Parts: sequence; structure tokens; C-alpha cells
Amino acid sequence: MNAPVKSAKLIKGATSDWEMVIGLEVHAQVTSNAKLFSGASTQFGGDPNSHVSLVDAAMPGMLPVINEEAVKQAVRTGLGLKARINLRSVFDRKNYFYPDLPQGYQISQYKSPVVGEGEVQVDLDDGDSVTVGIERLHLEQDAGKLLHDQHPTMTYVDLNRSGVALMEIVSKPDIRSSEQAKAYVSKLRTILRYLGTCDGDMEKGSLRADVNVSVRKPGEPFGTRCEIKNVNSIRFIGQAIEYEARRQIGILEDGGSIDQETRLFDPGKGETRSMRSKEEAHDYRYFPDPDLLPLEFSQDFVDELAAALPELPDQKKARFIGDIGLTPYDAAVLVSERESADFYEAVLVALTDKARDGKLAANWVINELFGRLNKEAKDIAASPVSSAQLAAIVDLIGEGTISGKIAKDLFEIVWNEGGDPRALVEARGMRQVTDTGAIEKIVDEIVAANPDKVAQAQAKPALAGWFVGQVMKASGGKANPQAVNDLIKTKLGL
Amino acid sequence: MTDLTSLTMAEARDGLARKTFTSVELTDAHLAAMERARALNAYVLETPEQARAMARDADAKIGKGEGGPLAGIPLGIKDLFATRDVRTTACSKILGDFKPPYESTVTTQLWRDGAVMLGKLNNDEFAMGSSNETSCFGPVVNPWRREGSDTKLVPGGSSGGSASAVAAGLCLGATGTDTGGSIRQPAAFTGIVGIKPTYGRCSRWGIVAFASSLDQAGPFARTVRDTAILLRSMAGHDPKDTTSVDRAVPDYEAAIGKSVKGLRIGIPKEYRLDGMPSEIDRLWSQGAEWLKAAGAELVEVSLPHTKYALPAYYIVAPAEASSNLARYDGVRYGARVDGNNIVEMYENTRASGFGAEVKRRVMIGTYVLSAGYYDAYYLRAQKVRTLIKKDFEDCFAQGVHAILTPATPSAAFGVGEKTGADPIEMYLNDIFTVTVNMAGLPGIAVPAGKDAQGLPLGLQLIGRPFDEETLFSLGEVIEQAAGHFTPSRWWE
Repeated sequence: MNAPVKSAKLIKGATSDWEMVIGLEVHAQVTSNAKLFSGASTQFGGDPNSHVSLVDAAMPGMLPVINEEAVKQAVRTGLGLKARINLRSVFDRKNYFYPDLPQGYQISQYKSPVVGEGEVQVDLDDGDSVTVGIERLHLEQDAGKLLHDQHPTMTYVDLNRSGVALMEIVSKPDIRSSEQAKAYVSKLRTILRYLGTCDGDMEKGSLRADVNVSVRKPGEPFGTRCEIKNVNSIRFIGQAIEYEARRQIGILEDGGSIDQETRLFDPGKGETRSMRSKEEAHDYRYFPDPDLLPLEFSQDFVDELAAALPELPDQKKARFIGDIGLTPYDAAVLVSERESADFYEAVLVALTDKARDGKLAANWVINELFGRLNKEAKDIAASPVSSAQLAAIVDLIGEGTISGKIAKDLFEIVWNEGGDPRALVEARGMRQVTDTGAIEKIVDEIVAANPDKVAQAQAKPALAGWFVGQVMKASGGKANPQAVNDLIKTKLGL
Repeated sequence: MTDLTSLTMAEARDGLARKTFTSVELTDAHLAAMERARALNAYVLETPEQARAMARDADAKIGKGEGGPLAGIPLGIKDLFATRDVRTTACSKILGDFKPPYESTVTTQLWRDGAVMLGKLNNDEFAMGSSNETSCFGPVVNPWRREGSDTKLVPGGSSGGSASAVAAGLCLGATGTDTGGSIRQPAAFTGIVGIKPTYGRCSRWGIVAFASSLDQAGPFARTVRDTAILLRSMAGHDPKDTTSVDRAVPDYEAAIGKSVKGLRIGIPKEYRLDGMPSEIDRLWSQGAEWLKAAGAELVEVSLPHTKYALPAYYIVAPAEASSNLARYDGVRYGARVDGNNIVEMYENTRASGFGAEVKRRVMIGTYVLSAGYYDAYYLRAQKVRTLIKKDFEDCFAQGVHAILTPATPSAAFGVGEKTGADPIEMYLNDIFTVTVNMAGLPGIAVPAGKDAQGLPLGLQLIGRPFDEETLFSLGEVIEQAAGHFTPSRWWE
């Protein structure tokens, strides 16, 4: 509610400006080998109903037993969200009938969640940053999956996902634009992946969001919200919000009012449509699950998990800026994926002079390596250039053995053919020429051959760059650019 | 040779050990008795082949000196317990011909210790009832009759089949479950012993759930000692049931015959109901006198919230049941009645699969949990439950070791006598027993006398948490004084 107004992105309506108010409920599948209350496997992509225990199928007399690892994952996530960890929480039953819900109820946490209030720092592309409050995080069971395309008149049920542990992470209504919402989900995903508590794979449904959207005139109280269920990509979250906010503004500006309802996003049409109204909403008849005792653990349990927590993106970014001198932008790019940051850190470790070349290495990881990986749609895990090879290339530049330009050629060779960069430089004669005598000879020849350019450069010293280019070309890119620069200035009397 | 079906479990155990008879002989005697007693409708499934195979196995182990504590002992199993590959229905049409691919923890432990399964015993549908008249297999008949009458009487419920079978000599012991009195009330109605142990003492895994926070398994037998023998095998921690308690199981049989001298026995004044039959009152006083004569000290105690227990119970139990029974939806197992869409299929399946009393409780439970009523009913009932529990804690804190009450407000009644329009009349049967479930305490029913018409009456002893041993010691004092109660075998 108290997000800074300056970062609010107002929408121009026909009659006035409008502000979006957005809150997200993100469902994140807990990374764990077993389900929340049964020992069945959580592996993705098994044959239908191949990962189903008696508990998951809700056979008579079966009882849930909490998976301790899932609890640890929830606590780790809570710590990563700087949230209050509740040493006592309660599992409730959310009752409703649906064929993908074998028990006839979902075991969730209603009144007493395992994690309470926290916050996420969200950096935006324009350099601004906002803090999004976390209301709570609770553990709950996922449902199964209905298969409507297997039989002309019947629907089949696959219970592989039934009972898989989810964390529902509920934000406060602190988000004011679709950009913020997307950035929030990206950041949340990054944190979860750093923590190793959720793989964040939205294509497999490991991360999905229910998006609550309302609009108001700035300064007015919250409007009536609509909940858009189960949006499964960051891009769709943005589209759904944009569409929904404009739909609501249209209604309000026409003198209408918003009905509180649950809506679905249709990615094909880019629209949201009504799923059920408030009146049609289920009465879930929540009550504490009598099969489970309250979930209780000690502060020591929490402290142990906290001590073993990995460095999180915000901390890592601060370290990259403070210790290595990266720009906030470069640091943000590197930490946005744990694998990228890990790769960069591996390059740092392999560098001969981290203090000298740390920044250069960041440029090379971001521009050359990521650029090339993007172009070929490759994952960093599949990079043909290893962190050690990239570090060797950066070393060669830093120590002046090769120029940046040669280094790009070297990178190409390593990318395509592999090999030890240092050995390649020797074998292929790519070593930079720092012998001023040799360079001077080339400079003299070019100066002598281009008297008109000399005159121009003497009138306008910036044009000396033309000579630098010619000399570099003539040397096959191997001349030390600094030495070339100095010599040309001397020769031209600049 | 004496009638093998008249032996106590302890006698049978000794006979087997001395090789006076074999488990196969013992089992065959019971299978024959079951066949002759089908009029009682105690068994809903007889498993003679399995019984004989288990008996042969037991005899072999006894021969090698490897018999467990229950080696060769034929038992009946309430149909609420899942038995692997053996039809388990909770006596509801909705489970149809369900054969579980698993075995409940309690029965697994019984077979581990060498017991023999004779078959599955009748019970009220999903254990909802106090007369065993709601079973889809029809009512169970009590082996007892009023003197000079052939009116069929109920054995009580919900474990009516278990009680009737034990009383009629159709097994040496049986399992039951008790959510509001379902072991103790039928035990009292049939003149046998039944104990509901402390909540958490036996695993609930594999027992069809009625009300999870109240359900607890326990044994029936014809003597206190026999129930002690059975409970030892049934009890124990189970990692598959997080409400089961990790606590060593004592040798309950060792408590039999232990002096009760100096034990303080609470007599709760709130259990003296207005209009209670004088014979119940007399039985209660008699029981107290017997305990006093054995050296126990009687103290009047107060359990002030007793009168709220029954109404609170009939909120909590149906609430949990309404949710526990949601899984019977026709989708994965059991009966299914098709419809034009999923909602119709649910409605048709549940409308035809559940009996009237189950539907009533599902509706009550759904109502008390619904938005706007939760606080007034469910939440308030839970608060009452806390107060009831505290009543007992206060009482035990004053040095009381156990509490003596009547087990039921009357003797067994006639089949169809209380199935009229007012369900409360039936619910009142549990007036003395539900408090014990609400507080999670152990309670034992021991036969203590007969009413004017010659029907058995029982007394209930309520113990401190996990102090079943004291209940066995005290129960045996009453048993010694009151003697045993055996019905005449009119059905043979």
C-alpha cells in the first residue's frame, strides 16, 4: 500500500489517470524428491499414475505424514525472503470436490502459515527499485491433472502431481504496474533458484501465479479486485495485468462497477474472461486437519538452516559492486541467474589478477559469452567456452599479450574448436606487437602515404583515429593499440 | 474335550502351548460356531480358507517354539480395518467390493504375533451408530435376550459385530474402534470387556476413518486379561500415523492381579443423571463398593462440563466425518453410479452409496464447518472439548487414579426400538462414553451385573493418559467380584 508513488506507472484513462494495484500469489513447486505428505516421487514426466502412493490416491484409512525436507525448503525460502519464520504452524483442510483432488480436500495452511511477513527488493529496468512486501508463505498439496483428450466421452485423471509440495507465496498489494509485477516474479524466481527450493521452471508448471488486479484513482482507497488464476509465464502475467486493468478502467469510466470474481487468462487472445463470480465461490469449510499435529520446530532448527543458506542475489550483487567494482547494471545482469553468477565467479577464481581484470571478465561474460549463447539459443551449462578458457582469454588481454580485437578472434576459435587459449595464441602467432620499432615503421609508412589526412588530423585532432585504424589493419590487429596511439600523436605533433 | 469356543484367550494360549489342541482345531471349532450362528449376522465375511492357512502356519511355529504372543489365536476383525486382498467395506455400499492392497497397522501387528483371522465383523456404516443397525449388511443381533422373550436385541454399536461375536463364542477376541463409545457400549450390552486405549496408543493407519481426532482402535474379549493380551499386540508407535505416540508398550497382562490398594477412584457427580434407571445407579454403587473392598479409596469428583460433551461431540465428529468421507466420490474405487456430468456422478454415487445416518452426519458436518457457522459450532465445540479435557486433568491432578462411571444409561434395547424420527434418542447411548474420546483418555467397559430382565450391564473405568494398566488392574477387581456373563446359545 505504501509503495513510492514516484514509481507508480499511471494509466491515462478517458476521464482521469488510474493507478493499478496488484498482488500476486505465486505457487512454487518445492524441490524435493518426495511429495508433501507421502513418499511418492515428484519426478516430472513419468507415465500417468506412476508416481502415486496409497496416500496420494486417498485410499481408505491412509494418513498423511509431513515430509521434513519440504518443511526445510519452506523455511529456507522464508529466510531468503527476509521473513518471519513461525515455529508453530497448522495444516488445514480446504474442502471441495473435484476429480483431480482424491481426498476431497487439499491440505494447506490457512490461519497459521509456516512463514509470515517478509519482503523482496525488486530492481526495475529504469534503474528504480521497489520493495514488495510478502504477506505469508504456506505449504500445500498440488492437485492431480485431468486428461480430456484420451477418450471420446471420458476424462482421465493423472495423479502423479497429486500431493506434490507447493509453496504459496502471497505478496502484499504493493505492486503498481505490470513491469513491477514481472520484475517481482523474476526476482522471486531468482531467489528460489539461488536457494534451490524451487527450480522455477514455468514451462513445467513449477512456478505459476494467481494475479490480483484492481484499479483506483491515485490516492483513493483500493478498488474491487479480480483474481486471474494460474498464469504460467512472466510475459503472460504482464499481458494479463495490462488487459485486466484496462478492462476495469473501461467499466469504471462508463459508470459501471467491478464485480469481484475469478478470471482466467487466455494467452491466445491476450484476454481475461470470467471463470466464477463471488457468489459462485466455493465455501471451502477450512478446519485444522485432525490427521496432522501442528507443525512445530525449534529456533535452532531455523538457525541451522540460516547458517547453511547460500549467498543470495542481493548480497552477491553488492559484493560484485563493492569488491570488484562492477557497475550496478553489470552486477544485476550477472546475478539474475544463479548459473550466470556461478560461471562468472568461476572465471574470477581462474583469473591471474582478479583485481586488475575482474571488470574486464564481467564484460566478456556479459557481452561476448552471453551474446553468443543467446544467438545460438544455448544454455550457459552447454557453453562451449569454459570458465577456465574465458579466464585465460581475459588474462591474455589483461597482461597485454593480445588486444581486445584479437581476443574476439581467439574467442571464436575456442568456441568452435576448443583448446588452450594461451597455446593457441602462440601456435597461431596472435601475440600482440608491442615492439615500438616495428609499429613505428608502419606508422611512418602510412603518414608518408597520406599527407592530406595528416593535414586534416592536425586541424582536427579527433581525426587521428583514422591513422590508428589504418595501423591496426596493417598490423593484422596485433599492434598494441596504446603504443599505436602514442606514436601517431607524436608523429603528427598532436 | 471342552468346547474350544468357550475358552478364554489365556486358556487357549496355554492349551496351544501345551499342545492339548492345535490352532487348526481351535480355528475349526470357531468356524463351525460361526456357521451355526449366522442368525446373529456378526460376520459380514467369513474367511475360512485364510483362517485355516494361518492356523496351520501358527501350529508349525508353535511346534518349532517360535509362536508369537498370539500364536494360533482366532480373532474377528471389524470391517473398518483394511485387510489385504480381503473385502473391506466399513459396512457401506459405497465401498462396494473394495479389496485393499494393504493391511492396517493394527492387524499387521496381530498377524505378526501369530493371530488367525476368522473373518470381517459387522459394524455400523462407517462406525456411525450405537446399535449396529446402520450397516449395509443389516443389523447384528445380540446373543443376549430378555428373560422369557425372543425379541431381538441390538448388541450396541458401532462395533456390534465384534461384541456379538466375542459374546457368542464366535472368536476368542476381536478388534473394534471407538470414536464415541463404539467399543465400550457394545461391550456393556453383550456382557464382555472392551477397552478404548488412550488416543495415539494404536495406529489409525489402514482403519477407515470416521472422526480422525477421536477414532481409536481397541480390543474386545471375554475377560479383562484377554483384552490386556490383545492390546499389547495392537498398540505401538507407527511412523505412518503422526498422531500415534512413540512410547513403549507395557506388558499389560502384568497389571492383572496387581493390588489396587490405595488407588483413588473418582466418582463424578455429573454422571448421576436425572431419570437414570435405579438399577444402573445400584450397579455403579456396587462397583464402587467392590473397589473399596479391594483397598481403593473412593472420592467424589466433579467434571463440570460433562453435560456439554454430547452436543459438542455431535459437532466435532460429523465435521471431521464430512471431510473424511469426501474421498468416497466414485472416481477411483468402490461403487460408482454414473451421471451426465461429474457433479451428477458424485451426487448419484453418494446418494445411493451412503445410508441415511451417514448422510445425516455428512450434512451436519458440512453445515457446522460452513462459512458463517464455523465459529458458532465447530470452534465453540472445540473450546468445549478443551474444557472437558481440563476437567479430567484437574481431577487427575488431585491425585485421582481412575474414574468409575456406568458404561451405558441402559441395557441393550430391541432392534428397531430407537431408529425412529429422533436421532437424539440413539445418540444418548453414548452419554457416558463420549467425554473419554473428547479428552483422548483410555476407558474400559467391564460387565458388572444384570438388569431386572437378565441383560448384562457394564461399568466404565476412565484412566489417566497412557495408564491403561491401572484400568486393567481395577477392571479385574470388578470382574472377580461380578463374575462372567455367558448368554445361552439359543441360536444353535
